Amino acid sequence: MRVHVDAEKCQGHNRCYSLAPELFDVDDLGNAVELNDGNVPEGLEHKARLAVANCPEYAITISE
Amino acid sequence: MTVNRHPPVTDFATDFDHTDPTWVNNPFPIWDELRATCPIAHSDRYGGTWLPVTHEHVSAIAYDTDNFTSRAVVVSEVRPGPLDLPAPIGVAPPITSDPPFHAMARRLLLPAFAPRKVDALEPFTRQLCNDLLDALEGKDIVDAAVEYAQHIPLRVIAKMLGFPTEDADYFRHVIHLILEEGITATEDDDERLVEGQALDAYFDNQIADHVANPRDDLTTFLLEAELDGNKLMHEHVRGTMLLILVAGIDTTWSAIGSALWHLAHNPEDLKRLAAEPDLMPFAIEEMLRAYAPVTMARLVAQDVEIGGCPMKEGDWVLLPFPAANRDPEFFDRADEVIIDREENRHAAFGLGIHRCLGSNLARMELRVAVEEWVKRFPNFELADPSAVTWAAGQVRGPRSIPVRLPG
Ligand code: SF4
Repeated sequence: MRVHVDAEKCQGHNRCYSLAPELFDVDDLGNAVELNDGNVPEGLEHKARLAVANCPEYAITISE
Repeated sequence: MTVNRHPPVTDFATDFDHTDPTWVNNPFPIWDELRATCPIAHSDRYGGTWLPVTHEHVSAIAYDTDNFTSRAVVVSEVRPGPLDLPAPIGVAPPITSDPPFHAMARRLLLPAFAPRKVDALEPFTRQLCNDLLDALEGKDIVDAAVEYAQHIPLRVIAKMLGFPTEDADYFRHVIHLILEEGITATEDDDERLVEGQALDAYFDNQIADHVANPRDDLTTFLLEAELDGNKLMHEHVRGTMLLILVAGIDTTWSAIGSALWHLAHNPEDLKRLAAEPDLMPFAIEEMLRAYAPVTMARLVAQDVEIGGCPMKEGDWVLLPFPAANRDPEFFDRADEVIIDREENRHAAFGLGIHRCLGSNLARMELRVAVEEWVKRFPNFELADPSAVTWAAGQVRGPRSIPVRLPG
């Protein structure tokens, strides 16, 4: 599973980073970036889905 | 509480007023009713105002920066005049700015409010909360809004800007005038003018002091910042200070107050939160969803039709994010507060390019304030539910919450 942040849509709400700091980081402006190329380590799939479901801007997508 | 100078509302679908006591005390039934009957209401008040109440319409307008301008974001009898800074900058950038200037003004401030900067303020905030709680120990009945919630953002913002914390009372006065009195002020209101000049003079003093003694705070940051290779215009610095005071204090005070008010009359939630601190992040987001304090506003920039409603250039549009957050089309069990709600795509901090700049700061203050309160007083209750009062205007939160502390 991989997560992807659409930088055009991300407005830095930081929901993803607070829910899943293992999967996302934030830059100096507070916008999100995926960690380790978006690869979701085993066991963190639920957190990835939570991040998707909580992003107010629909900026995160998952690909299997 | 503000004296309401407007006639009472009898029909919210055709004559709503967000300062009406019915709305101020409990707006949720009004929005529920409108959602079912008239999802974009219109009122002739304030020279013509629209009110969308579904998540769909609120977000469509928030994203549409072509047809809706942010030049003015607080509905009042006065629309911005020719003497105010014109779009796209506006009087308090970047909240009053439109593209393309908006992105530059915002980019400039974002680093100061990014998570890592905010994390650095957490120990200060936690200490502050504990000092306030110490002062409540041993009392029977205290006002959680006045004696606790309101002091937290006042002092955190003063600390961030590098203003003396003793001036907190003055800020509270200014904010009250702008947010609660401003909405009913008329153009030739002398008092308003005089207050505005006094505030400008206050900012000028702080700026002069920081020019002479630069230090590690937001004021020095603003004075040293560059936009397109130039230092910021003096008015830009002052406007941004005004924005941070107005946007950073009442809002967070309201969010903390609403959360404590909820816990004060929902003992099961309080008990669960005290026993399961891991729930806190979800509970905080749920409080933000259910009691989002901020309703924004826009002016229609050019005639446009939204949801079949003909909006005319110069009309006001209220953007009630709290109503969007209660839309049952968008949220499961939207009218219930579920403190372990896991999926919560709420819009408490707005949507699109104007996402609340201070959202990381506000969320940290809210979390720390609730954590420390619950740790200290794991059982407390409303002393007198009828004594709770709510702020009028576009920022909604309890202004008095008498609670009984365990003996
Ligand atoms: S939750 Fe969405 S908008 Fe917020 S930082 Fe993450 S990707 Fe960006």
